[in-house]
Formats: sequence, structure tokens, C-alpha cells
Amino acid sequence: MSALQIDISWSFSLEVTAIQAYRTMDNKQNRNSITSNLGHIARRCLFGILSMGPIPDHIAFIMDGNRRYSKKYNMDEGAGHKSGFIALTTMLRYCYELEVKYITVYAFSIDNFKRRPEEVNFLMELMREKIEGLIEEDSIINQYGVRVHFAGDLKLLDESVRLAAEKAMAASACNSKAVLSICIAYTSTNEIMNAVQQSCEENWDELRILDSCGAAYGLTDYSGNGDTKDRKSIVVTDIEKHMYMKVAPNPDIVVRTSGENRMSNFLLWQSAYSILYSPSVLWPEIGLRHLVWAVLNFQRNEFFVQKKKKQH
Amino acid sequence: MMKISRTLLSRAVALSLNRSTKLSPYYLNHTHNQYLLPNNLLGPSSCFWAHHSTTSANADGNLDKLPLPANLRHELMPRHVALILDGNSRWAAKRGHGPEVGHDAGAIALIEVMGLCAKWGIPVATFFLFSTEDWRRPKQEVDFLMLRFKKLLEDELENFNRQGIKISTIGDTSLLPISIQEVLEHTKEATKDNTKTQVIFAVSYSGKKDIVQACQNISKKVRNGVIEPNEVTENVIERELETKVTSIPSADLLIRTSGELRISNFLLWQLAYSELYFCQTFWPDFGESQFIEALQCFQKRGRRFGKRI
Repeated sequence: MSALQIDISWSFSLEVTAIQAYRTMDNKQNRNSITSNLGHIARRCLFGILSMGPIPDHIAFIMDGNRRYSKKYNMDEGAGHKSGFIALTTMLRYCYELEVKYITVYAFSIDNFKRRPEEVNFLMELMREKIEGLIEEDSIINQYGVRVHFAGDLKLLDESVRLAAEKAMAASACNSKAVLSICIAYTSTNEIMNAVQQSCEENWDELRILDSCGAAYGLTDYSGNGDTKDRKSIVVTDIEKHMYMKVAPNPDIVVRTSGENRMSNFLLWQSAYSILYSPSVLWPEIGLRHLVWAVLNFQRNEFFVQKKKKQH
Repeated sequence: MMKISRTLLSRAVALSLNRSTKLSPYYLNHTHNQYLLPNNLLGPSSCFWAHHSTTSANADGNLDKLPLPANLRHELMPRHVALILDGNSRWAAKRGHGPEVGHDAGAIALIEVMGLCAKWGIPVATFFLFSTEDWRRPKQEVDFLMLRFKKLLEDELENFNRQGIKISTIGDTSLLPISIQEVLEHTKEATKDNTKTQVIFAVSYSGKKDIVQACQNISKKVRNGVIEPNEVTENVIERELETKVTSIPSADLLIRTSGELRISNFLLWQLAYSELYFCQTFWPDFGESQFIEALQCFQKRGRRFGKRI
């Protein structure tokens, strides 16, 4: 453990310098800088050590604190959201280097539509621009072979954002190394409600077909296979197969920045057993050390879970 | 004069109790009242609250509304507090005892916290006593938990009525032993008219199963033509959840003891906007000061529900 701490502190000091440079320079210039290369090497060493233990399959992020960040540094509100996007690409890069297969980010909640129209419009425009950027050849998506999935009630979005999302999903459909789920116009209760509606409609359709054959009330088993189970009531799998987030397993860790400790209607169903991690740092300031801490906590927890399983 | 001497006596008893050595009166084959003077001597205030009893009981024994502890504001008190009572086994293991000792001490803490909810007028409190996953624990531990729960219900019924606590349950209680189901039904019936606070015991409860059973009820209504699939809204689902036993199904505050940072399949839907408070204290050591700290933390938080204030 002490060797690990030394490695962490060494790579931290390099990484802090890299992040500060990253914030002020263009992405393409930065990638070639000596500092960035050194930081990359240090990270690979660190991730190699971390990979000796279990690595989470799925990490979810609630990206909270952009507006407070812009206030803290006397920037425009929009600049806070843009810094948040830079932090997102940095975190995605770290996660993919660590070989975390599934990442989910809470980009825009249905509740966020209640904000001032100017802020909502700005966010829509920013999202459209960044989603279109994902399709570019040198984007992080193509670099790491990531399939993009947009989870949420996309009908609530502006037409231009919805089209950009659908294009991004189509363009990355062949990528298979990792999955990035972007929750946009999403709440967990809306997701469950939608899953229930679709399950009911599916059941209802089956019922109407059976009705037309005179078997709707279960008095005649039309399939004739003698199955006496009530096939018309919903079960867990019916709900799960209609969830927006069916593309990913349940998250191992849910990270919420800015010190707020609540789920805010994010992945309620899926995070029943997830570790919740709430660093007080604002989202644009999140760094490698927070990811490492989250993974170390996950590994410690896995150790106790395995120990408990053996005892029982 | 009698009132003053009663208050002084109860304060003396409270100070002499060391909560961290809360060993099992039940486990040692005594009733938990071993450490309490009989209620008819102390009056309505139990010794655990003694140092806060600043008002008197009126003639028929009901408590007047007691003031809240320091720095807590009435208008910012949560309407529904959910608690995950974690850490009984680890508390006992630290003291070199088996988990049964921890569960017994946990029951004492539970009674105290229920009393505090009634005292401070928190309308609803949900306690996660036993999850569906807990059935996988060793049989001896499960049997002890069942017996201890039954004993709590039987021994405390009078206190529940005196404190104005209404008992409800959520979870699949049909999996409990028949004798406990009967005692539970009797307790619920006997306390149904109490109005100070509603305490919900989550027994054999799973947040996912709660949502599934709500969805099953809704699909039956769709099948029977009561509603169309496109009329299924979030409110419709919420009204079918097991927390329909209360008018405040969503929790404002979740408290989980013992330092674990998880919801563990407790109220999933109902915790959508809840403030989550995690403390390192093990459940048997969770008492008034820890509860006050959790409430103070809750009152400082800015709740936005997705908007900007």
C-alpha cells in the first residue's frame, strides 16, 4: 500500500500540472506536449497497479457543479458548462485507459427543463455541438472504440439535438470496446414509467391477438403447451428489457461531484447496490485522484463482499 | 414538587446509563425495562429523554409539544425520514459478542429513535428492519431477529399508544412466521388511530420488488380496461407502491449508519430526491445526538429538484 501511495502522489503532481495546462490549451496541441506524455506514462503505471485488483465494469457520473465553478472563477455561466465538458472528456479518457467498459453520464435531466429558458437553450446548443463533435474521426469515441447510446425521452429534445444524437448512435454502432451512455432528457422514474407502459402495451397486444382467437381470458391455453404460470403479469425481466439503460449492466459506482448527496432521480433502479461516492470537488475540477479513490473504495468493498460470501 | 423530583430522578438515571455498553437485557433473559424505572413512577418521559423534558405532561398523560433541540428549525424538519439500521453485527463483534447481542442493542436504539420522531413531530419514519436478502443469513440469526421483533411489538405496544405512534409495514410479511404476522396485525390495528407519527417497518422488503408489484397491479388494471397503457403516469405508479400506506411516500432524508455508502435495495423510487446522510456510527450507538446531527446537516442542504434557486 505504501508503494501505491508513492506512485499516486508522484503521478498526482504531474497530473495536476497536465490538467492546468489542459484547461488553457487546445486539445490537439496539448496531446503532443511533453507534460502530457509524461502524465500519460505515469497514469499507465498507476493503472497497471490498480488493475491487479478488480476494476469496476460500470461507473456512472452525476456532473454537478458547473455553475458554481463559473461563479467561483468569475466566468460566464456558459463557460462553466464548457469547462464541464472538458472535464468529461478527461474523465472518459482516464476511464477508458483503465478499461472501464461502461460509463454513464447524467447530462440533462427532465427536471432541468424547469430552468430559465436562456440556460436551457444554451445547454441544448452546447449538447448539439458536442454530440456532433463525437462523430468526428479523431474524437475520443473513435479513438477508444466506444459505442454511444443516448438514454432518455428523446422526444422532449429539440429536433436538432435529437437528430444529432441519432446520427451519433448510428455512426458509433459498430464500435464494441466500450459503451458510453449519455442520459439526456432522462429521469429514472420516467424510465420506469416508460418501461411499464411498453410492457403493458406488449401484454395488451398479446391479449388482443388471443382475444381474436377466443383465448383472451385464460380459459383456453392457446399455445397448448400446458404452461399454467400466469404469463400475462409483468415480471422483472419485462421491465428491464424496456429500460433505456438496458445496454449496460448495473453501475458499480455512482459518482456525484460538488458534495451534494442525493440521487436526483438518476438510475434509481440500477443503483440499488452501487457504491455512492460524493467528493466535494466541483465537476469541472474533478481529476485522476478522485477516480483512483473511487476505484480503491470499490476494490476494498469487493474484498469484504467476497469475504462475506465465503462466510455464508 | 413531585414533578421536579421526578425530573431530577430521571436525569440521574439518564446520566448513569452508558449507551456504548448497551448489552442485551433480552439476551440475558431480562426484559429491556431492567434499565428503566417503571413508567408510572417516571411519568410519560422515559429516562432517555429526561435531560430534554422542559414541559410537563397534562392531566390525561399526553405530552405537550416539546421544543426542538438546539439549532433545529420547525419549518425545515423533514416530513419523512428513512433509516437503514446497519452495523449491529459489527458493533457486537467489536465487543467480542455474537450478532444477536448487536441486534438486541439495535432494538433498544430503534425504540429510542421512534420516540424521538414522535417527540419532534416527524410525520413519517421508515425503518429498514429486514430486507429480502437478509433471509440468506444464518438460520439462528434470522430466528433470533424474528423473536426479537415479536418481543419489541408485544412489549412496546403500550408505549406506542402513549407516544402516539401509528405502526405500518411494507414488504412481504407473508414470509414471516405466522405468530409474528398475527402480532403485527394486532399492533397495526391497536395503533391505527394514533396521529403523532407514523412509523413504517420495512420487513422482508425489496425496493425493486415494490416497483414490480406496483407495475403488476397496473398491468392488471390495463388488462381489465380500467386504464389505457398511455394513461400510466409516474403518479399512477407511485400510488401503487407499498408506501401507499402513508400520504408522504417520498423520503426527504435517508440516514444509513455504519459507514456503508449504498442504498441496498431500500426505497428506490421513493428516494429519488432524498438527501442521503451516511454516518460512521453503528446502529446500536445511534441516539439523540447523532439524530440531531443528521437533521442539522439536512437543514443546511439546498434542495433544488433540478431547478436553480
